[in-house]
Amino acid sequence: MDRSASVETIERVSPAVRAGPPLGMLAELTHRCPLQCPYCSNPIQLLKAADELDTGTWLSAFSQAADLGVLQVHLSGGEPTLRQDLEELVSGLASRGVYTNLITAGVTLTPDRIKRLADCGLDHVQLSLQALDPETSDKIGNYKQSLGKKLSVAGWVREAGLPLTINAPTHRHNIGQTPALIELALELGADRLEIAHVQYYGWAARNRAALLPDYESVLEEAAIVGEARERLKGVLNIDYVTPDYYAQFPKPCMGGWAKDVITIKPEGKVLPCHAAESLPLPFDNVKEKPLSAIWYDSEAFNRFRGYQWMKEPCRSCPRKEIDFGGCRCQAFALTGDAEATDPACSLSPDHHLMAEVAGAATAAEPPPFIYRRIGQV
Amino acid sequence: MTPERPLATAESKPYLPKHVRLQFDGTRERFAVLAPERVYWPDDTAVEILKLCDGEHTISSIAARLAQDYAAPVETIQADVLEFIQSWTDLRLLRLSKG
Repeated sequence: MDRSASVETIERVSPAVRAGPPLGMLAELTHRCPLQCPYCSNPIQLLKAADELDTGTWLSAFSQAADLGVLQVHLSGGEPTLRQDLEELVSGLASRGVYTNLITAGVTLTPDRIKRLADCGLDHVQLSLQALDPETSDKIGNYKQSLGKKLSVAGWVREAGLPLTINAPTHRHNIGQTPALIELALELGADRLEIAHVQYYGWAARNRAALLPDYESVLEEAAIVGEARERLKGVLNIDYVTPDYYAQFPKPCMGGWAKDVITIKPEGKVLPCHAAESLPLPFDNVKEKPLSAIWYDSEAFNRFRGYQWMKEPCRSCPRKEIDFGGCRCQAFALTGDAEATDPACSLSPDHHLMAEVAGAATAAEPPPFIYRRIGQV
Repeated sequence: MTPERPLATAESKPYLPKHVRLQFDGTRERFAVLAPERVYWPDDTAVEILKLCDGEHTISSIAARLAQDYAAPVETIQADVLEFIQSWTDLRLLRLSKG
């Protein structure tokens, strides 16, 4: 594949479009997972084990990623530890100097396996917590005795000498636990804490009314997080992601379409972000095309690069360089137009949709969760 | 009890914890710092400082070395180095050994 020729072609059409190398990769090794969280970020249609890439194909994809300039790989899923070849994949990445991050629910891990992964060169573990009381934790994941197991895993990670991030997806059932969550992260010796509101795409969108917190609760939480960040400077890094539904401006989704991150799905489909499959675009598979051709030359990756594709109010807005028009998936899901301004933006003509959805979702008592299983749609 | 914010002094000996890596990136032809869920791009001076953050050099000795290399007054350099080390320690990218 002659990359230089095609980049020149693109530049003639739109000078702002030239892509730099990708910095990070999200590798969704599997959709299999022992938990059934109602806010799962995987697509509505889950893939079975037989659809997954084999070890050799993943190793080749990782090697190509390192050649392209990827410096960090986030091993995710589903539950990535269900892949029996995880050690081999970590070793392959470590041998190329790539920083490896394991994103896990933890319930499948043992002290031996964590130690083995550390020995293979694993750099960091991100462990999810569903809630701080056993009952809510089990209810969210639809998995018994999840909390105790996760707390043990946090200890084993630290004993293996690995740094720990606690990732707590936030919603109306656990938003009141934020102060206790911060204390727990300190007790567990975490390096980082991610308090990240659920993003309402895919399966999570089906459970929006069961999960979306009201505005006042979010404001209260934001104040608690702000105070803790100042108090714990140098002790605990806290990342905070608020829900789009109460935003004035959209999030700079993925730092811009196909700008820094490349995602590979369990079957090898390559996306600019893990939710992008919801868009009507022709995505390529790493089994059929080199990763560099997909990153630099594919129609899907070039579709929303730069600013030329934008409509008003984004096109003439100075904020386009800050938020890139927001999230394409959210724009498409709520307006049916993937080029529209993200309705999370107060300048969007569709902004009222966010308030309507949030108002309807939070006015009533939360409905029961809709759990998912592989094979169920 | 909550651990306290580590404060850098002239006698502190900063070092990168094992999971924070200063690494040359051949693709972009510059140094990167790889940390949990983050990549940082230190400028040339920051790279010089970070290379001396080995848990052996004190902040004073790092400043003295840079003052020599840049032919600049050591007091100014030391204040800048202290500020840099403190901000990177606050981000948990550096640890401090007592002098």
